[in-house]
Amino acid sequence: MSAGDARPRSQPAVIGSEQVAYVARLARLELSDDELTQFTGQLASVLTYAAEIAELDVGDLEPMAHPLPLHNVLRDDEPQPTLDRDTVLAEAPAAEDRRFRVPRILGDEP
Amino acid sequence: MSASAIALAAEVRSKKRSARDAVEESLAKIAAGDPEIHAFVEVLADRALERADEIDRAVASGSDPGPLAGVPVALKDNICTSGIPTTCSSKILAGWRPPYDATVVERLRAAGAIIVGKTNMDEFAMGSSTENSCSGPTRNPHDHERVPGGSSGGSAAAVAAGFVPLALGSDTGGSIRQPAALCGVVGMKPTYGVVSRYGLVAFASSLDQIGPLAGTVADAAVTLQVIAGHDRRDSTSLAAPAPDVVAAVNRGVEGKRIGLVTELVDGTAPDVAARVRQAADALAAAGALVDEVAIPQFRYGLAAYYLIAPAEASSNLARFDGVRYGLRVDAPDVAAMNVATRTAGFGAEVKRRIMLGTYALSAGYYDAYYAQAQRVRTLVADGFAYAYTRFDGLLGATTPTTAFRIGDRTDDPLSMYLSDTCTVPANLAGHPSISVPFGTGDGGLPVGVQALAPALGEQMLFALAGALERAAPESGAVTA
Repeated sequence: MSAGDARPRSQPAVIGSEQVAYVARLARLELSDDELTQFTGQLASVLTYAAEIAELDVGDLEPMAHPLPLHNVLRDDEPQPTLDRDTVLAEAPAAEDRRFRVPRILGDEP
Repeated sequence: MSASAIALAAEVRSKKRSARDAVEESLAKIAAGDPEIHAFVEVLADRALERADEIDRAVASGSDPGPLAGVPVALKDNICTSGIPTTCSSKILAGWRPPYDATVVERLRAAGAIIVGKTNMDEFAMGSSTENSCSGPTRNPHDHERVPGGSSGGSAAAVAAGFVPLALGSDTGGSIRQPAALCGVVGMKPTYGVVSRYGLVAFASSLDQIGPLAGTVADAAVTLQVIAGHDRRDSTSLAAPAPDVVAAVNRGVEGKRIGLVTELVDGTAPDVAARVRQAADALAAAGALVDEVAIPQFRYGLAAYYLIAPAEASSNLARFDGVRYGLRVDAPDVAAMNVATRTAGFGAEVKRRIMLGTYALSAGYYDAYYAQAQRVRTLVADGFAYAYTRFDGLLGATTPTTAFRIGDRTDDPLSMYLSDTCTVPANLAGHPSISVPFGTGDGGLPVGVQALAPALGEQMLFALAGALERAAPESGAVTA
């Protein structure tokens, strides 16, 4: 099966620059115009390759999220030592009053 | 290092050689060779010597420091080391000092091993050449113009160059086995859940495993036995004791049914395919019942992998937001700070994978890409399951080609991704797999042969690997 095969209706369209820009916004990344062009071509080529599996008739198979049959792993509810707060905060970009400090979250009142 | 880890530990435990002497030899080799190879991003000379003296004092006082007593070890830089920078070769974690040790680090230390440094890698383990590192590429010790493979390329090169007898890497789609093959060393990915990932910076959580890279199969076996076993801090860790694999190495393969996987030979370069077929013949000569087996499901593994792994990565890497650790690029509000930090902190390949994964998970594409890839993952696992009704172990190439030239594939991500085509099936199924050096190909470059076994089939895997090692033709000498 090559990328040049006729595509059945089930196969999604290959990504365009508008979608790449949208996905970058979702992922909190900013792209320059050059990056947008480059990434669009590269992602389209990967997705064209990946899309070959869209044609497979595997509708009756269970999707596999995980290789182990582990469910609801529980442990005893016993107190355990945790990381030292000051050691953790010392590695933060900014801290204040023993908390992580961040810039403003909400905008000004309209 | 000239000696194997096992031989070195035996010398240290019997006072024939001091741990300090072993560590000094390792540090001297790194100082002489690593400016050219660039396997290490951090060398911990003072700490390592201090630790060596502790080991020597323990031996002198009559106690046994453990099976890896005095053995210098290198760690891939995505494995957390308390108070020692752990960067994942990313600008976004430059200088970050974890507040805790990974479980594998605690277990190595408890076995007497001495951590001499952190190794270079593709940023966040995303890559197959160690070229996607914010500190520049690592060179293959066999040919300095070529890549060592990746993403654990620094660990593979450190062992191949003789800087250390042992290293740890992580394998999400082949990141231990592929560089091991390209550098002519042994690299092993355990069954999913056998080794704790507590303290491994996550890439794709349903695929990642930590494993050893070593000069010999026996050294890899000892290391696995040291780092394996249940850990309550990793909920995906199996509640089973570490597999006893050391004795399995010399067990032999007589009467074992071994399948040479058509899909792991066809399509590989002629020099690689020739060595794999030679390895199959060697196993038959050693008494194994070798037959060829087709697992056609494998041809869809790579496409499924390159949807599943980026999808999980896009979620895992959301934590790098400039708030709790690593880089922050200031901006007037939090959302702008997140964007500025991630834009400045991540390299191009990481951005590509985050976007690919975000797209595959986004509304309207989830079923066509991500859910479909998960069904194909089941298909690949079913392919293995059928093959294992007829065979005890499987054999194939580790990589489609020997080491390629630095810069050859950096502009074409898809061509880079194809390097992983032989290794991803084991990750998708969660099975153990090992790459063993088996002679050289064109230009004297190392070739790796891949052995595979069912989940928790580590003993079978190491028996197979030991047999391959004993039958292997001489590999080329390192030029470093």
